[in-house]
Order: sequence, then structure tokens, then C-alpha cells
Amino acid sequence: MAEGYEFPVDRTQVMLFARSLGDIRPEYSDPNDAATKAVGGIVVPPTFVQCSAHWQPDYPLDLTRPRKGAAPAHRGDGGGGGLGRGLHAEQHYEYHNPVHAGDTLTVTTHPGERWEKEGRRGGKLLFSESITEYRNQDGVLCVTARSIGVQTERAVDA
Amino acid sequence: MALNVGDTHEAVVVENVQRTHIVKYAGASGDFNPLHHDDVAANKMAGYPSVFAHGMLSMGLTGRMLTDWLGPDALKKFGVRFTKQVWPGDTLTSRGEVTAVANGEATIKVVTVNQNGESVVEGEAIAAV
Repeated sequence: MAEGYEFPVDRTQVMLFARSLGDIRPEYSDPNDAATKAVGGIVVPPTFVQCSAHWQPDYPLDLTRPRKGAAPAHRGDGGGGGLGRGLHAEQHYEYHNPVHAGDTLTVTTHPGERWEKEGRRGGKLLFSESITEYRNQDGVLCVTARSIGVQTERAVDA
Repeated sequence: MALNVGDTHEAVVVENVQRTHIVKYAGASGDFNPLHHDDVAANKMAGYPSVFAHGMLSMGLTGRMLTDWLGPDALKKFGVRFTKQVWPGDTLTSRGEVTAVANGEATIKVVTVNQNGESVVEGEAIAAV
């Protein structure tokens, strides 16, 4: 997905996401709080950009999303976990500039490395990486995310 | 904020994970992988005994420990490995420890453990100081 897609950062989405993490700090929901004003308006939790999944046209982990045409196949090339034996192995963020409610981010993703490893719990492990950049409406790079997914041969025990 | 090598912060970030916690995260994040909300599918698709939490829920909760400690605008980097799955009934505690401070940045070792002391998330954060 080299051309990217738009991800509007909506205040309600920020509140819902923060709430799902048990986070009630005012900077994520109340624009009139002094703490929010001190950070230039509503900001987002460190992992908030995951919500771009809602706007990603070919996002594979929403099987019931209404669409024109067939659902996208899961490619198993990073981007977190996956269906079946796919698991999310690692996630890394670099924060270059703040994201605020009201911003419109443009999201671009490209595949990174792929490698193989013999695992103890799940047999042979196939790792793949994807790198996603989030730029705001001024073209400023705000967040770089690096996600590593792994496919296992067997289910990993509890 | 001022941070020194050896400074620590610890917090219980979720007690007794309910399927409702997991479903709420699914709805907010958009990750509707059935492994995280459909017990039947989790078993049929991959042999799991039940649903388990999104790794990103564990990371997000770990991030809350960091922002509660450091504020919402301090992080420069935050990265983790997912070391163990989180199951309904688990209670998670996150800890951060400053391991280095240089050039206006603190390096923080981060770990989140379950009620048995097993790590579910391990990683590192860089924060402006």
C-alpha cells in the first residue's frame, strides 16, 4: 500500500481507545481541561495509531466489515498478528511529533525484513516485519510504527 | 520531568481480565480477529483453549503505566516483544525502571507480568527528561 490512505483522528475515537485501556486522563477526552490546553489540545495514547485499522481499506482482521466485493486475504506479512497461527511478536513506535484530535493522518505501509527461526513452543517460526508511517495534514511525520508478526507451525500453549 | 537511573514506577494496569475488556479493545482499535472475541473460533481456527487478549491491549495497558508516570507527551520511543499470551482472568502489573539518562533522554526498561510473575510484555521506552 505505497499510496497510503487517510486516517482522521476523531476526538470520540481517542476517548473510546483511551477508555479501552482504562485510561481516564483528561488530555484524551476533555479539550477544556487545563492539562489538555497545556499539551495543545487533545493528544492520543502511545498506541493509538492502531485505530487506523478502521480506515485501512484492505485491513484483513475484520471479516464482517461491509464491503463491495470480496474481503481481502490475509497476507501474513507482518502488520501484527493474524488469523489462525499468526501472532503479533513485536511492536515498536517512534514518536516524532505529537498527534492531536482533528488531525488527518496519511498512513503508508511497506514490508520490511522476513526471517525464520526454530522456536521452542510452536515449531518453526516465520517472522515478517512491516513499517508504517503516519504523516499529518502538513506532511509532518508524526509516528513510525514497526510491527513484527510470526506464523507458528503449532498453536502456542497457554 | 526529572528522572534518574534506578527510578522505578509500578502499577496494576488491569485486574481480572474479562472478555468485555478484550471486546472493548477490539471495538476501539478495529482489530476484530475472532481469536480475541470468539471462543469457538479460537479453538477451531488454532486450537486455543479460549480467546486471549490482543498483544496490543497488553502494550496499550503498559503504555498507560508509562504515561501515568511520565505524562502524555514524554515518550520518544516505545517498543515491546510479546512474550506470553494474556487470558481471561489474568491480572497484569507493569513496571518501568530507568536504566540510563543521557542527552535529555531517559532509557526505561519496561516489563508487564501476570499474576504468576510471568512476563507478557518486555521492552524499552525512551522518554524526554
